[in-house]
Amino acid sequence: MFAGLFAAFAVLRNNTYGGISMRELFNGPFVLAETSILLTSSFTAGLGMLAAHTNNKKLVLVWFGITFLLGLSFLGLEISEFSKLISEGNSWQRSAFLSSFFTLVGTHGLHITVGLLWMLICMILIWFRGLSERTIIKLTKLSLFWHFLDIVWIFIFTVVYLMGKV
Amino acid sequence: MKHEFQGTLNSYIIGFIFSVLLTLIAYFVVVNHLLSGELLVAFILVLAVIQLFVQLFYFLHMGKEPKPYWNLTILISFVGIILIILLGSLWIMYHLNYNMTPQDMNSYMLKEEGMPK
Repeated sequence: MFAGLFAAFAVLRNNTYGGISMRELFNGPFVLAETSILLTSSFTAGLGMLAAHTNNKKLVLVWFGITFLLGLSFLGLEISEFSKLISEGNSWQRSAFLSSFFTLVGTHGLHITVGLLWMLICMILIWFRGLSERTIIKLTKLSLFWHFLDIVWIFIFTVVYLMGKV
Repeated sequence: MKHEFQGTLNSYIIGFIFSVLLTLIAYFVVVNHLLSGELLVAFILVLAVIQLFVQLFYFLHMGKEPKPYWNLTILISFVGIILIILLGSLWIMYHLNYNMTPQDMNSYMLKEEGMPK
């Protein structure tokens, strides 16, 4: 699915119809912050998994809690970026480029949101029921999902933001 | 279903440091215009792919699993599909664009894209 969204974006990147282009979209420090936050959250999720396999319930909650907070800040940054664009009139209705931008990045953001919800539920589950083989399997799937979201973001960062600056 | 966890603290730390480095390099090269044009595009794409592999290996432990290598196999087939979708779309749309422009667009085409029809 993400491949399709990326392909659409790549095809439509220059169809700006008078609206803003890729170049103006790029806010260096902002995007670097988003990327660092997500990358770190992928790291802390990994550390959470290590804690899970050493049966350390407290540490698991700590690491996944940090992952959750990082993910939330990432989402906050992304939402602020979107609302700024929309308030300037550059919504997905402005041009084909913007449509594909919002769809690609927005879908990723949606996945992040669902992942955060999933994470919250897992943490509550572990808080009340403790670690077991079943919960570790759940955590494993969650961390797999979360790692993949970071991987997709590497490409969004590169293709959407960095290439725009080129 | 018994999963074997292949992770170690080291793999996560190394993976993290590598990813940060790759990201920062890409960022600085673009922001400071150290390269330009097609070379720049190729450079950051290559960095992104390297970071992809770094994350796949150090965070997701792909390739470290014992036989049979199901995870790796599935990954490779998916990457293949993704490449077909991406490269295929780009190729098709580029040629579609080229082949669908009307005849009287000659001077426009020449000016905009340097492509005589």
